[in-house]
Amino acid sequence: MTMTDPGPTGRFGEFGGRFVPETLVPACLELEQAFADAWADQTFRDELDGLLRDYAGRPNPLTDCPRLSEEFGFTVVLKREDLNHTGSHKINNVLGQALLAKRMGKKRLVAETGAGQHGVATATAAALLGMECMVYMGEVDIERQKLNVFRMKLLGAEVVPALSGSRTLKDAVNEAMRDWVATVEESHYCLGSVMGPHPYPFMVREFHRVIGTEAREQCLARHGRDPDVVTACVGGGSNAAGIFSGFVDTDAELVGVEPAGGAAVGDGIPGVVHGMLSYLKQDEFGQVLEAESISAGLDYPGVGPEHSYLASIGRARYEQVTDAEVIEAFQILPRTEGIIPALECAHALAWMSRARDELAGKLVLMNLSGRGDKDVTQMMDILDL
Amino acid sequence: MNSSTYTPGPIETTLRSVRDSGRKCLVPYITGGLGENWLASLSAVIDGGADACEIGIPFSDPVMDGPIIQQANDIALEAGVTPQSICSDLRNFESPIPLAAMTYYNIAYRMGHERFANMLKEAGISGSILPDIQMDESADWITTANELGVENVLFAAPTSPDDRLARTGDMARGFVYAVGLLGITGERSRLAASAVEIARRAKEHTDLPVLVGVGIGSPEQAVEACSVADGVIIGSTVVRRLVDGRGADSVRELIADYRAALDSAYPGTDSAA
Repeated sequence: MTMTDPGPTGRFGEFGGRFVPETLVPACLELEQAFADAWADQTFRDELDGLLRDYAGRPNPLTDCPRLSEEFGFTVVLKREDLNHTGSHKINNVLGQALLAKRMGKKRLVAETGAGQHGVATATAAALLGMECMVYMGEVDIERQKLNVFRMKLLGAEVVPALSGSRTLKDAVNEAMRDWVATVEESHYCLGSVMGPHPYPFMVREFHRVIGTEAREQCLARHGRDPDVVTACVGGGSNAAGIFSGFVDTDAELVGVEPAGGAAVGDGIPGVVHGMLSYLKQDEFGQVLEAESISAGLDYPGVGPEHSYLASIGRARYEQVTDAEVIEAFQILPRTEGIIPALECAHALAWMSRARDELAGKLVLMNLSGRGDKDVTQMMDILDL
Repeated sequence: MNSSTYTPGPIETTLRSVRDSGRKCLVPYITGGLGENWLASLSAVIDGGADACEIGIPFSDPVMDGPIIQQANDIALEAGVTPQSICSDLRNFESPIPLAAMTYYNIAYRMGHERFANMLKEAGISGSILPDIQMDESADWITTANELGVENVLFAAPTSPDDRLARTGDMARGFVYAVGLLGITGERSRLAASAVEIARRAKEHTDLPVLVGVGIGSPEQAVEACSVADGVIIGSTVVRRLVDGRGADSVRELIADYRAALDSAYPGTDSAA
């Protein structure tokens, strides 16, 4: 069985686990139990479903793309996570974790963020539920995602720059973990992807499973069958995990798309950082390498352990695209369908564009995990329009 | 208490003998490879009166470490320091006190457990301290470490329940590292109440020496922690002097100050040894 409960060891095959300082082990165990209780509790599920429906705007649509399909030579359908409140899929996980944290009696949410989407989502949930919120963000990312920084502050969150290392997402995770070590009794670490120590990879995937569940029903209703290919961008891999989970038991091919400069699965070397054993960009001595991507949300040297597992057993494949391909692909969707994608999603579009021959005649479902408004300032400097 | 029988290594033997004499253990931390003549820092620690020394092997993502040790890590890594270069430097150094390598698990995982253990042994390093691999994930590494005679230290945290403290006491070698507070390495203006409390709780579950580390910022705090603990680990306060470029003499004086304060408060008795 794939994409089910990994059990108490939190292992997906050899990947995953719980590699954290002893100080954090009891908190991880408590969280594992609290999630299991809540997930089995219909009251909790109803409350979360209510928020996802009435606050976040679920279910979001599945959108056919006739003009893009004509240009690509295969049928493209988009799962519209970009239409969620706060502009990305991140809200699914954050509402789940914030409700859970509140249920556990925690008063403070700590989060890391790369592009700022998870930070904005966490700040939003904290405001909604009346909790304190502290968001760590790499100094480099703060500069290139000013709009999201302002949004977080407007939502009442404190944004703290991560000044160490590459000053991007990886270092924001380090700072968030250091905060959590010091404040574990009153804080919940609202981790933003299917990564980190058990139960996070499992729990975050379950909170995003709604993406795949909805998409499968919608695809069946619209096209009378499952898609041939399901694709999504992969940094930590939460939006991909969400949509893959709905199709892992079908014949659909699952394709994750990584940035060439942050291709943890592509490099294929396992390592341990941020609480998990997974593929990791690292040097020969085990020092973690800095990822380099045009997209702050994918600028991460690791990947969620379940993706490493899906790759290792051949159930999913992971392709890599360059920044140049991404810049090109970013412009296709606005022109053909009137939708501006997040730079992260432009990675999946870039692969689809490149793989036109392979995909000819197929039905391809792509998770449009976020909208591109946040990237417009950055792209204004790159594109000469 | 330890259910398995084993032959104690140099770290445990040394620290036990300090404890048996009625004195307290002083174990400083220095960052390996920090500065071209970093072995002078190690000599200074030894001359100052340390009982054992932790050698930090820099890692890119030290999540248990505060700003000072992070900075020392970055300086060393930028200078091209590697686990191998540190161990190679140590092969020419005859240390009169036992040494333990303090690093993060990926360094050992990447190299392979056996190669990592052998590298330490060949460098004259007796023990290992890996703060990001808790005991539930440590079985493979501990098996290799025990087989090859590397004393793997484990952590007792203020948040650890009694059953975990008991397992820590069983599985640890060398000593038990009692985490003095909820937080990362770095000096604090006063000793956290949790420091004495975790030392007391850890000692209920092990006969190994229990040393308090994280958050010890002055000789007075060291003396206070040792009202229960068998000794202290001091890191950031030492590394700060190295990062500031104050040099080996300054480190020697610092260690000597801690030594004097501990020996004055806990002079021990010859007959107890």
